[in-house]
Amino acid sequence: MAASARGTRFLRSISALLVLLPLLSLGCTLRQFPQSSLHPQADYASQIQRLLEDLMFWVVVIFVLVEGALVVAVVRFRNRPGLPEPKMTHGHTGLEIGWTIAPAVILAFIAVPTVVTIFKTQSKPPAGALEVKVVGHQWWWEFQYPGLDITTASELHVPIGQPVAISLQTADVIHSFWFPAMGGKRDVIPTHTNAMWFTPEKIGTFPGQCAEFCGVSHANMRMKLMVQSREDFEAWVAAQKRPPVEPDSTSLAGKGKQVFLTAGCVACHTIAGISPGTIGPNLTHVGTRTSLAGALYPNTPEEMAKWIQDPPVRKPGSIMPKLGLAPDQIAAVVAYLQSLK
Amino acid sequence: MATTTAPVGVATGTRTSFAAGVWSWITTVDHKRIGVLYGVTAFLFFLIGGLEALLIRIQLARPENTFVSPDFYNQLFTMHGTTMIFLAVMPLSASFFNFIIPLQIGARDVAFPRLNAFSYWVFLLGGIFLNLSFFLGGAPDTGWFGYSNLTSKQFSPGHGVDFWAIGLQVLGISSLAAAFNFIVTIINLRAPGMKLMRMPVFAWMTLVTAFLIILAFPVITVALVFLLFDRFVGTNFYVPASGADPVLWQHLFWLFGHPEVYILILPAMGIVSEVLPTFSRKPLFGYPVVVYSGIFIGFMGWGVWSHHMFSVGLGPIADSFFALTTMLIAIPTGVKIFNWIATMWGGRVELKTAMLFAVGFIAMFIMGGLSGVMHASPPADLQQTDTYFVVAHIHYVLFGGAIMGIFAGIYYWFPKITGRLLDERLGQIHFWLNIIALNVTFFPMHFVGLLGMPRRVYTYAPGLGFDTMNMISTVGVFAIVIATLVFIVNFLRSVRSGETTGSDPWGGATLEWAIPSPPPAYNFASIPTVHSVHPLWEADASDLIKDVNRVRGPIHMPPSSYWPAVAALGIALLMSGMIFGWWFGIPGLLIMLVGLYSWAFEPCH
Ligand code: HEC
Ligand SMILES: [Cu+2]
Ligand SMILES: [Cu+2]
Repeated sequence: MAASARGTRFLRSISALLVLLPLLSLGCTLRQFPQSSLHPQADYASQIQRLLEDLMFWVVVIFVLVEGALVVAVVRFRNRPGLPEPKMTHGHTGLEIGWTIAPAVILAFIAVPTVVTIFKTQSKPPAGALEVKVVGHQWWWEFQYPGLDITTASELHVPIGQPVAISLQTADVIHSFWFPAMGGKRDVIPTHTNAMWFTPEKIGTFPGQCAEFCGVSHANMRMKLMVQSREDFEAWVAAQKRPPVEPDSTSLAGKGKQVFLTAGCVACHTIAGISPGTIGPNLTHVGTRTSLAGALYPNTPEEMAKWIQDPPVRKPGSIMPKLGLAPDQIAAVVAYLQSLK
Repeated sequence: MATTTAPVGVATGTRTSFAAGVWSWITTVDHKRIGVLYGVTAFLFFLIGGLEALLIRIQLARPENTFVSPDFYNQLFTMHGTTMIFLAVMPLSASFFNFIIPLQIGARDVAFPRLNAFSYWVFLLGGIFLNLSFFLGGAPDTGWFGYSNLTSKQFSPGHGVDFWAIGLQVLGISSLAAAFNFIVTIINLRAPGMKLMRMPVFAWMTLVTAFLIILAFPVITVALVFLLFDRFVGTNFYVPASGADPVLWQHLFWLFGHPEVYILILPAMGIVSEVLPTFSRKPLFGYPVVVYSGIFIGFMGWGVWSHHMFSVGLGPIADSFFALTTMLIAIPTGVKIFNWIATMWGGRVELKTAMLFAVGFIAMFIMGGLSGVMHASPPADLQQTDTYFVVAHIHYVLFGGAIMGIFAGIYYWFPKITGRLLDERLGQIHFWLNIIALNVTFFPMHFVGLLGMPRRVYTYAPGLGFDTMNMISTVGVFAIVIATLVFIVNFLRSVRSGETTGSDPWGGATLEWAIPSPPPAYNFASIPTVHSVHPLWEADASDLIKDVNRVRGPIHMPPSSYWPAVAALGIALLMSGMIFGWWFGIPGLLIMLVGLYSWAFEPCH
């Protein structure tokens, strides 16, 4: 019993190796493939990975046996002089029953861990999980922390080791929420509220992106997961909860605030205490973000200026229109927004 | 062709005879000519779909490439999928149904020859209509699966989605008409003695496919009617703002879509089941089991649709149920593969090009089947769905599978259709180039998908590690192009000057090899009586051959008719009127009515 268990484990590692070999030979690391689904960084992703290894084991075994049999049949019985005239066999009941039962048995070996993993990964989140409400928009992600009263975009901050309970909604069409390092994807669907949870296990920044085709800029609907130490996360929360910075009215940023208030930005963007718009990302602390416009560009003053100057050029189909601001207005509003730390 | 009723032009000279030639094709009701029309048209659409794929791959060769615009890219992948499924693989299969089925079952034509012509003309016009959208404001751009509510007027205000929905409806008419025709043909027109369990496996798979079509297409038809009503009349079948659940579309679409997968693959399985025995000089191993497996797959195909929807969040019970049914369907599929291998085992395997493609089909289909088993498991699928892993899977199944199977059929039956052989040397080059190129193209997609690249993206960021593998896939596609060009050269040369051949170049076992190549208009001078699954491998085969080719008196063949083409034109105009307006719709309606009534009252003697 123990020997056979060791035997399967040995076979399993061989097969895992066979499959991962091409990847390993590429020097496959998360550094090189940051969006990889094969480098789990959370309990949910690890459970999937373990199941995948089980699957791979059987898939490799079947592949080798069946393709092998095919090749042997072709090579061994290829037409050549001296080969006897084939016997007109029509079938063999025993054989056929055998190769109906064999795959059924193998599939049972796959089905059992599959069902177990389904129920495990779709269970209720544990108590004390950090609640996050994710809202998909054409073509950016909004993150709300109902318990903390924080709303932000494109960058999801979570502390290491605490389960994150995510509820998923959409503002327009179907999207799919996917951080491969954390686990499987889950669609966000109008009239539905979907849910998933995972516990991040490593500190770091992990890319993700929308996985359901959602229109012209589907490819540009990206996001980042920032798994932080408890202290860093709490510092971030404290910063997000502060009211927005109030610029000196004579400074460039102060002029920028005037531009923001008068150029129509308020219709779509919230800055706490200043404007109520909800069509675009909440900008209350936009200066603390590292990226812009669905994690498409780094959040530098230059990139932000280019964005405000002509959004549809920077992101095809963008819901934020070109507002036709003059260069000095843009410089001012960028100074203002960048000051919102 | 020996049809006697084509009106012959009065004037002499090449131009008139050319016109008469064209006219004879437009009015033909001969299943063989219709088969050729289907084949050539579908192959041209296959080239268009291939060109779209080529543009897609050039765009993805490098990260942040700007070869095509995002919007055009979305049109390209939508039309690539739609074209390959509805305008290439299905009608290529239909081409074989048309040419081969009556020959295999010992019939003189299909049950409804004019309905058959009608199917073809509707297919042709539907395909043209769909592709016209490129020039009339933009092709459909919401994916071949057209998920609601992205297809709603609010999120897709242009006409692209209308072209798509109406085009698919038109094509559905064609598929339904053809499917009814083949069901009646196979059930009623078999030669005496050909019991169901003596039918060639290809005829069996055609029958199962036809049943799947008549059951699956009504589902997509209803789904599309809802969509068209939403878009044209302002109903709310899929409009969430009015309380509709857009997942309804997904259920309807995949309830059609999964059987559709078998509509695409079963005919290729049938072809391979004909080619393997012929070139192994041995009957198909376990004929009844292969047939029952095909039927079982056809039934089970209705119980697995939600495996396309594991990420929707249907809950653990639904996920488990659909995972188990999907795994179950792998069993009959596996059984078929084992039986094919056992057919070769102990035989004398002659690796002619047709056989190479059949063996290649099995090898590639195993790959696609195994990746399919991987995403039959929902947790694993949640990492794989909507990534390039699934793109790899479908292309192993549909390009490595269906298309390779179809090529096996082309090399196998070309001599029957034309009386000439395709060049064997070019054929071998075509096969090897094709199978290597397809693996270069699609194998890396497994990895790039698992490493996190979603599908249907017009671009990807550098630094995610996707660059090299995408470049390899793009190089592979160029190799596929070269392989396809080799085939085209071979085809064009062989049609004109290929080595001529007798009635039975391969030593086939089924009835089509008993009659001359190309067959006379009436196929069988006398209808044979069949006593076996492989009548031409029986001891009395030479008697049977002599018998079926002996003319015993006048043979009545249906006269040609242009009314099916007229009715098809009317339907196409009528449906396109939904976009182009009354000026198309009303004449279309009138033409359709004239066509249908004249057809109904046309004397067929
Ligand atoms: C019609 C609504 C609308 C108006 C008006 C509008 N925006 Fe936006 N804005 C958006 C949307 C939607 C996005 C998200 C675009 C995306 O990523 O696809 C956005 C994104 C942004 C971002 C990037 C935020 C981030 O975190 O990614 C900035 C900065 C921004 N807008 C500034 C402005 C300024 C300044 C103005 C006024 C001059 C303005 N917007 C006017 C809708 C609007
Ligand atoms: Cu998307
Ligand atoms: Cu399916």
